[in-house]
Amino acid sequence: MRILDVVSALPLGGGSVLWVLYGFCSSWIAFQFCLRFSVLFVHSRVPSSVWRNTGGICFLQSQHYKKACHRSNVCVKSPMMCSLALFPSPLPDGQVTLYESNNELVAGTSVDSYPKQEWDNLHFRRDALKSHSHLESSSKAAFLDHKDTLWMRSAAAWRDAGLSGLFEEIANSSEVPRWLTVGSGFALALLRWVSSFHGSLFPHLTLSTEDMVAEFSQVLDWSDCAVRGFAWHPHTDKFAVALLDDSIRIYNSKSATYPTLKHRLQRSVAALQWKPLCATALAVACHNCLLVWHVDPTSLSTRPSAGCAQVLSHPGHSPVTSIAWAPSGSVLISASPVDTSMMVWDVAAETCVPLQRVGGGGVTFLSWSPDGSRVLAATPSSLFRVWETRMWTCERWPCLKGRCQTGCWSPDGKHLLFSVKGEMVIYALTFTEAPGEPLGCSGGAKAAAIVADLSVTSFQTPEGEVRIGGEVQSLAWDPRGERLAVLLKGDPEAPACPAVIAVFKTRSSPVFELLPCGFVQGEAGAEPRLIQFHPSFSNGALLTVCWSNGRITHTPFYFVSAGGPRIGVGGSPPLPVPLCRTMENGDRPLFSDLCS
Amino acid sequence: MFLLGHSHWFLSKVIWWRAAASTAWTVLLLPVTTALFIVLSKASLFHPIQWISESVSLFYGSYVIFCLLILTAVVLFVGFFNLEYYTVVPSIPCTRIALLGKVLHPQQFVHSLAHCMMGMVVAWCASVMIGGRYKFIASPCTEDSGGSAHQMCLNEYHLFLLLAGAFIGYSYSLLGVVRNMNYVSFHTVQQFKYLRFKGALPLVVKYSAVQSLYSLRNYCIFYFFFGYVPRAWICTTMNLHKNSSVTALDTVAGLLDLSLLYHLWISGTFLLVIWYTTMLLFKIYISEAYSVPVQSSFSEDIFQCLPAVLSGKEPMILKFLALQDLALLSQHSPSRRQEVFSLSQPGGHPHNWKDLTQRLVTYHEVVSFNGRAKPQSIGRDQQSTSSDSSVASGMEELAKTPWVSSASHTTGVMPLRSSMTAMSGPQAAGFTPKSDSPFASPAMKRLVGGQDPFSPWFGSVQSPHVTRRRPKLWTSSTAGSPLNGSPSASPAESPVPSPATRTPSFLTLWVHNRQEQVKNFLAKRALIMYLFNKLPEASSQALFADSQAHIWALEGLSHLVVASYTEDRFGVVQTTFSSILSSMLILQEAVDKHFKLPHASSKPVRSSFNLEDTTYKTLRFALRAALKTAIYRITTTFGQHIYAVQMSGEHRKRLQQFMEYRE
Repeated sequence: MRILDVVSALPLGGGSVLWVLYGFCSSWIAFQFCLRFSVLFVHSRVPSSVWRNTGGICFLQSQHYKKACHRSNVCVKSPMMCSLALFPSPLPDGQVTLYESNNELVAGTSVDSYPKQEWDNLHFRRDALKSHSHLESSSKAAFLDHKDTLWMRSAAAWRDAGLSGLFEEIANSSEVPRWLTVGSGFALALLRWVSSFHGSLFPHLTLSTEDMVAEFSQVLDWSDCAVRGFAWHPHTDKFAVALLDDSIRIYNSKSATYPTLKHRLQRSVAALQWKPLCATALAVACHNCLLVWHVDPTSLSTRPSAGCAQVLSHPGHSPVTSIAWAPSGSVLISASPVDTSMMVWDVAAETCVPLQRVGGGGVTFLSWSPDGSRVLAATPSSLFRVWETRMWTCERWPCLKGRCQTGCWSPDGKHLLFSVKGEMVIYALTFTEAPGEPLGCSGGAKAAAIVADLSVTSFQTPEGEVRIGGEVQSLAWDPRGERLAVLLKGDPEAPACPAVIAVFKTRSSPVFELLPCGFVQGEAGAEPRLIQFHPSFSNGALLTVCWSNGRITHTPFYFVSAGGPRIGVGGSPPLPVPLCRTMENGDRPLFSDLCS
Repeated sequence: MFLLGHSHWFLSKVIWWRAAASTAWTVLLLPVTTALFIVLSKASLFHPIQWISESVSLFYGSYVIFCLLILTAVVLFVGFFNLEYYTVVPSIPCTRIALLGKVLHPQQFVHSLAHCMMGMVVAWCASVMIGGRYKFIASPCTEDSGGSAHQMCLNEYHLFLLLAGAFIGYSYSLLGVVRNMNYVSFHTVQQFKYLRFKGALPLVVKYSAVQSLYSLRNYCIFYFFFGYVPRAWICTTMNLHKNSSVTALDTVAGLLDLSLLYHLWISGTFLLVIWYTTMLLFKIYISEAYSVPVQSSFSEDIFQCLPAVLSGKEPMILKFLALQDLALLSQHSPSRRQEVFSLSQPGGHPHNWKDLTQRLVTYHEVVSFNGRAKPQSIGRDQQSTSSDSSVASGMEELAKTPWVSSASHTTGVMPLRSSMTAMSGPQAAGFTPKSDSPFASPAMKRLVGGQDPFSPWFGSVQSPHVTRRRPKLWTSSTAGSPLNGSPSASPAESPVPSPATRTPSFLTLWVHNRQEQVKNFLAKRALIMYLFNKLPEASSQALFADSQAHIWALEGLSHLVVASYTEDRFGVVQTTFSSILSSMLILQEAVDKHFKLPHASSKPVRSSFNLEDTTYKTLRFALRAALKTAIYRITTTFGQHIYAVQMSGEHRKRLQQFMEYRE
């Protein structure tokens, strides 16, 4: 009797179900609109006077922080801005950039024609690497045994595809009661509707995992690239390469063996980075976890076992698209476009502290400033954050145009260069004071300045007109702060507008300056995919480029820097790099921070 | 411990206020929790309007106000227990019998009993707030129950809820000791308290709900079998009758009442949320960074400065906070680093730096020498102030008194030692009764207990079987080496009353031999073996239980040395550079040796989404990583200049490995 009473009290009546759904949906909508409008509200609060005065500056910090932060003198010289038109014209076909010497880029006919390189140029052929990147679901239908009981199938669906998979399985099965089929069909429709609504607010959530990694990766055309990741060891001549077949190879200048790292969970590698102040640890951002490999440099083994890898995972934190080690080697942060919190990992203890900020819908790209005081965290929507790492508070930087695609820090951690999707410019933010002095504020400019204009420019070459320019895919700044490499996307549809690497000469003290240097070009038909500077090259800067044909080349830039022995990234404040170069004739400062 | 006797300035000035603030915040949060509880307990989906209005009207009722007062008192008590029982160095039982001893410990008994009572009180509040059939313990008997209408019958629902509260309270206390819930861990990243609380709150709610569900299951099983005992007892003592018209709750039909189970679960979650929130806030407040001045211009404040705090007989929490502050200042605060590098005003001596490094270096040395007396260590100042001196001097005493073993019940130090041996988990510990003072804090006990009373002389008598069981950083292959050492080598003070030097008498020898025989006999029994067998990797965890202090010391020291490259104008760091390097390298060697032992490098199972702090289980890995990073930090910064430092050939070879990035 009592049991019947209770069962009837369960929320199975139609009216109550509707009530619950109504309450759920309305609260969801209200919540999402609050989020949306909070962003808009920040935009609308920008006072017009500030807007007008800053001219080309398109970023404004939210009002909340403006009160707390000091203003710095930012002035933009739009006419003096560096543009691609000032670059020397690109090489004709068949010519390859070999090195920079005496302030000129030297070209040759073949990459291997220049013997002075410390490193052999590696070549990974695309067809030699078997891709494992096809989705598991595509082959599932061929193998799944449909003789399983409903219970087993439901459990498998729950494991594979979560709640929606479970509903789908129940809705499509025939042996369950009719009301259950209808109910799960209804729930499935509701779930899809809600997720489509959520997806309309954050469109990136509708992407598949692979597409999401490709979208937010720093590698150009990630899904079709033979080399998916590259990482120099911060202190020694050693680097790791992530390949299309989900393996990682480690090359060491001192030994002929190259260990190959493979792991069951190592799928769709989006990024990898060596731990600073450590010889062994390599962090890899994978499909649904983080792997930290401990590769003993003295070991002769070519296939380290999976036991050498630590698996760090957190529910809901996948795919991981970006990782960054603290320059002091103490913690590792990881980001996923799906997860609104970014994880701060204590790798040895395998514990993590989630730092959650809801706005933005995820975190796509992380970059730790070399002095360890700030972290750039980009989100999939038009918003990025700069965290200070002492108390882990952040500044919001809403952008007007699109999401922040990439960013890099000057070696002293004072300048942040970044680019925005949909705009062909490089912005700079300047941070003046040490963070944490007025707590809760990372101290710095209240607006970003445009430092380089990368809009499409035509060059006349013997072969005809070449158009160069476009959006920025990734930025790399050499550890001395003298060269800045910019990977330009080009226009994939137009063959006359290829992806190229533009290299700028930079200096950050006493004033921040940007001068053109030249384009780095590879073999005919090869497009650059990934760029990185060697962290401790003694004769200048060494730019490593991974090309679309699977080749990895190293382009040295020889210059003398009076910076002396560079202090390691050991957390100590880097020595100020004194101004060493005299102004070369023919060079005029194209962008200067100096206010006249 | 804080109430009895003279309390330390830091405890009364800082810790006490932090605990009070955390409890105050919990009390402020209490109305919110209660309101949520009322709304959820009144849930009726058919009548949403009635549901809302009923809960709102109830919230202003006198019952709820009264319950809030009672709950406030409960929170105060829980906060007091948190303050009394917290520890920064977890006590890790190495055997099952040690764990059993921990659970049955009188101090733990007090804790469990108090939480049982408080659980009952909270459950009473919950039953009153839910109202309805739960409200009173007695109700007038219904007509058809046989008795007259004037007789009072027992309301079993009320009793059921009360007992559930007691049960959940007990399981809270039990799980607390098994899972080391009283362990206060320090986060790797600093965050503001509000953000930390906000981040951890969903976890608390989720964990409480799940835990309440498990307790509910266990409680139902318990009540099903033994429910008639308390029911009959209450009936007789309160002269109540049994209502035969209502289904008894220790039957399957009675327990399958879904609304009853729901209310039970909600009440349990309510209870656990309040208590765990109290604990969470307490931990957040306690582990907040505390700024210790590097030097003071007033001599009366000198005992509050960093060197003094790191040395004397200070509470563990103060040492931990001071070391954390050192690690932070060495990384983030140039101005405070200048104070460390500064010279004393008249005289120009680098006292700050010398004092600081001496403490930190001896910290590492004590660990790396595995507690053995280092030949040249234990300098003049050890006897006076150094924190390590207590350990070191304790060891000296032990060397003189080989009789201080767990077997000798007659010695003066026995009460303190037995508790600690129980925790470090030697086989012999199971045979000693727990006669510990219930007021000593766990941390204190552990430290005392950490000292291994076995001397070389003693070890020769003992079976090697037993000797192997005590946690050591590493064992040297030479059997004759004096392995008398503190396993934890904790740099804390040990209030060991120095025992008089005694010589082994015939009687004690005889007692000891008897005991060995009994031990050998019992070792052959399966149950005994089960209880006394060492848990894998537990000794390793126990050994590194206080490693957080070492990690900070390493970080602070290495950052200071690195900063000295540019900031040290007087070259004060150069004076102790070689000793710092050698201490780090020696520690590295010792840790490397430890990781060659079985179980040392096996990782414990990581449980995400858990409130319990399992940081202590992986501290050894953290220490190893921090140590390597610290050495690399120094070598990377100084580069080739490091060869100018005086070092032994062995260390130079080791350093060469670091210079080539081959470690």
